[in-house]
Amino acid sequence: MLLSLMIFVPLLGMVVVLLLPRESEELVKRVTLLFTLIPLVLAVALFISYNRSTAGTQYVVSIPWIQAFNIQYHIGIDGLSVTLLLLTALLGPICVIASWRNIEKGIKAYMALFLLLETGMLGFFAALDLFLFYVFFELTLLPMYFLIGVWGGPRREYAAIKFFLYTLFGSVLMLVAMIAVYLNSGEPGLRTFDIPTLITLASTEGHALNNLNFQIWVFLGFFIGFAVKVPIFPFHTWLPDAHVEAPTAISVILAGILLKMGTYGLVRVNMAMFPQGLDHFTNGIGFWGNSLALLGFINIVYGSFCALAQTDFKKLVAYSSIGHMGFVILGLAARNSEGITGAILQMFNHGVISAMLFLLVGVLYDRAHHREINGFGGLGSKMPVYTGITTLAFMASLGLPGLSGFVGEALSLLGAYDKFKLLTILSTIGIVVGAAYFLWTLQRVFLGNLNPKYEALPEINGREILTLVPLGILTIVLGVWPNFAIDMFRESVTNLIDVLNAI
Amino acid sequence: MQPLSNIESLLYFSPEILLVIFATAVILLDLVVKDSESVAVAYLSLVGLICVFAAVLITHFSLRNPVSLFLGMIRLDEFSTFFKILLLLATAATVLFSLRSEELDARLKGEYYALLLAITLGMFLMASSTNLLMIFISLETVSLTSYILAGFLTHSPRSSEAAFKYITYGAVASGTMLFGLSFLFGMAGSGDLGQISMRLTELLASGEVAPLAVLIAITFVLAGVGYKIASVPFHMWSPDVYEGAPIPITAFLSVASKSAGFALFIRFFYAGFGNTELMQAVDWPFMLAIVSALTMTVGNLAALPQQNVKRLLAYSSIAHGGYLLMGGVLLTSEGIGAILFYLVVYLFMNLGAFYVVVLIANEVGSEMVEGYRGLSSRAPLVAWAMVIFLVSLAGIPPFAGFFGKWLLFAAVIEQGYYWLAFVGLLNSVVSLYYYARIVKAMFFEDADEETTDFSFSTGTFALLSVFVIPTIFIGFLNIFYTFSNISVSVMPMQ
Repeated sequence: MLLSLMIFVPLLGMVVVLLLPRESEELVKRVTLLFTLIPLVLAVALFISYNRSTAGTQYVVSIPWIQAFNIQYHIGIDGLSVTLLLLTALLGPICVIASWRNIEKGIKAYMALFLLLETGMLGFFAALDLFLFYVFFELTLLPMYFLIGVWGGPRREYAAIKFFLYTLFGSVLMLVAMIAVYLNSGEPGLRTFDIPTLITLASTEGHALNNLNFQIWVFLGFFIGFAVKVPIFPFHTWLPDAHVEAPTAISVILAGILLKMGTYGLVRVNMAMFPQGLDHFTNGIGFWGNSLALLGFINIVYGSFCALAQTDFKKLVAYSSIGHMGFVILGLAARNSEGITGAILQMFNHGVISAMLFLLVGVLYDRAHHREINGFGGLGSKMPVYTGITTLAFMASLGLPGLSGFVGEALSLLGAYDKFKLLTILSTIGIVVGAAYFLWTLQRVFLGNLNPKYEALPEINGREILTLVPLGILTIVLGVWPNFAIDMFRESVTNLIDVLNAI
Repeated sequence: MQPLSNIESLLYFSPEILLVIFATAVILLDLVVKDSESVAVAYLSLVGLICVFAAVLITHFSLRNPVSLFLGMIRLDEFSTFFKILLLLATAATVLFSLRSEELDARLKGEYYALLLAITLGMFLMASSTNLLMIFISLETVSLTSYILAGFLTHSPRSSEAAFKYITYGAVASGTMLFGLSFLFGMAGSGDLGQISMRLTELLASGEVAPLAVLIAITFVLAGVGYKIASVPFHMWSPDVYEGAPIPITAFLSVASKSAGFALFIRFFYAGFGNTELMQAVDWPFMLAIVSALTMTVGNLAALPQQNVKRLLAYSSIAHGGYLLMGGVLLTSEGIGAILFYLVVYLFMNLGAFYVVVLIANEVGSEMVEGYRGLSSRAPLVAWAMVIFLVSLAGIPPFAGFFGKWLLFAAVIEQGYYWLAFVGLLNSVVSLYYYARIVKAMFFEDADEETTDFSFSTGTFALLSVFVIPTIFIGFLNIFYTFSNISVSVMPMQ
């Protein structure tokens, strides 16, 4: 009940916002903030009351929905989903506050779409029925398309449709795989979309789902669907465009949550449901056995080098996201305790850190109206607080020990080294390059002589600091006390590894 | 149950009889009222449709089992009732659109509504015919009436051109179909679909008839049916006709005519060629799969560069014919259930989209994509309704179009036609692109000059919501999935 409430409160908020008069903009913003704070409170309540000592799903609700196809409204949380739900619920109000001043037109439609987007994301992380999972996955597409297309930058139309088409292309492949899984799950009448049931069936000896060849194909179908979302090279080209054009808050959601939907899907469906398929792509033998780790490696190195070449601040952060998501893929490919723990932690950390980075880029853009890194210089003396927070975010992102980014990446690499020694060693190039582009950016923007144009640049204001502080605290806390998060999903990871080892 | 005799049948034929009565009454009323009061004619047709609806329900519920009427010419079962209700909804919507459309000449409205009722009669018969002769007659009734309706904008050369093209293509298609029907009759010695099915099975088993002969006959018949549902390669007429015809008629043709075509298609193939021996001997499902894949691909690719929204929706409806045909491949009960479900969904979303086209054409006087610029600020509710229709047409959750497509793809994949599902899904992605162009114009671009906001009446919004609400919610309701199953379970499998 608590969980359903959390998912559908934003949807209710959307209806309320739509009923408000168009002129009362302040009211619209406040109502939206209220309706994003409620899920946050509920998420914190879930986070506290979640029983950490068991791997089983909790707060389960299961109601028949479309009986003709045995589709259920089945939701529940385990350690992985509760962590990401918390992240989603946290970024909700932060994004509303970040949009407070810089959305100029159609604030009502903007907020309504944002609330719809939040329902889609929350529902996605809680869904335990494959059909429901897919519906929530797709539900995020439409609001995102409008949020980028209407409120974005100069090339917003191109970016919006590119995002939409890429993701839709991935998800139709997922749909075929999903139907194939459903049809093979049993005799007519006994078929199911229920994820826990499917996981059990897939490891039952002699069941149609427990077949290497079948699992490889459906694995690929789902994988491409999620890979577009993560994004994994070569499906990544929509991401820089979308990020550059999207308004700040939407970039935050994009990097913070939508990318995590891809990796979450990989864990929830590809790994748990098709362990044989996973084994085929991660057993370390031959090309296919190394392919997933190879993709992770490419993401890390390619993303980092691309970031190094950027002169647009936001594009730099966008490419660094591609690099950092590579660590998640590499950790998952290792499929041992360290690797998966590191990957999940990295998902959460990247959500927090990239959200900070995009908010910071937004702060600068709102003042200077451009994002050209070389166009700044010496801002450190004008905006000391801003410089301080940016430095914290940069350090966290480049993996400085003591901050959260380090823990996830280190664990992922540690896990991966066990299986893919060469690829892991080569992947560390990404960390070096990561340090290079962040430090170089720091130097170009904040050090050196102040560009006289920016003599009067105002310091970061209270509202902006309010959006950054909770995220900053999280990076420090998780850096020194990662068990705070790891405890949540330790049992779930152990359980997952048992499933993976059972084949 | 034995077929009823002609006299006994009349009672169960009351919906069709009522249609004839009201069509005549509409013409008579038109002679009496003045041109300025021609709305009365429209209202009389609406009353007529409601009476027919009641008659359909009464005849349906007074029967326990399906019966054959007129010595086996037509059949009254849940399948035909389903289509009759669907067709009545489409006709009623068309009447309401026509009332609001400013394209039509007031002087001619009497004939116009009478013809609408007549075409509905033809479609009723298409949905229930089980005899080759009756199939041909019902198809011709519909075709001849639609030629006139397509050319109804007498002052517009485009409309006349549309009607002329329609006739030319239609005549060829009918002729080809008739030729195919004569083959079948010649081989089986009977016009009854059930008899044909039995005889052909025997003849094929004994080797008296070559499978190729049957395949040729089926292909010829498919020309006639394919022309009605605008499947490749018999689709060429539809973009021109859809563009030239009055918008309400375009909406009507794209929904009702297509639905009736599918009713005929399903009954012909399912009742006539649905048994396993026949399907093994004559590989028509594979042929249908190819036709389906081509139809959706051609429709979608041709829609991509269109600037005229009516023409764009015409190509989109060709593509939808292709999706629907997927359910007809192998004709399993899941596949047919999916077709029926999708037709219901398609009725609401496509008519809704055309209604918006009517509204914009009235206000802007143009059917081009540019006319939609800035609609989000000029008429936000209409713009959002259009988004819902278009996104549903593209098959994106949570709208009904997604659930419809899902059923179709599941049916196809269940039969192992992975490649067809794949083609269909890639087509969905392509289709999104051109639907998004309209959305882009409405939301991302501003109107050229400072224009005033549109003001639409409450009635407009009420009618719009009649289409919006089902488009959002049908997929979530269990009853629609079972409804389709019932219709299929009573199909005449002999």
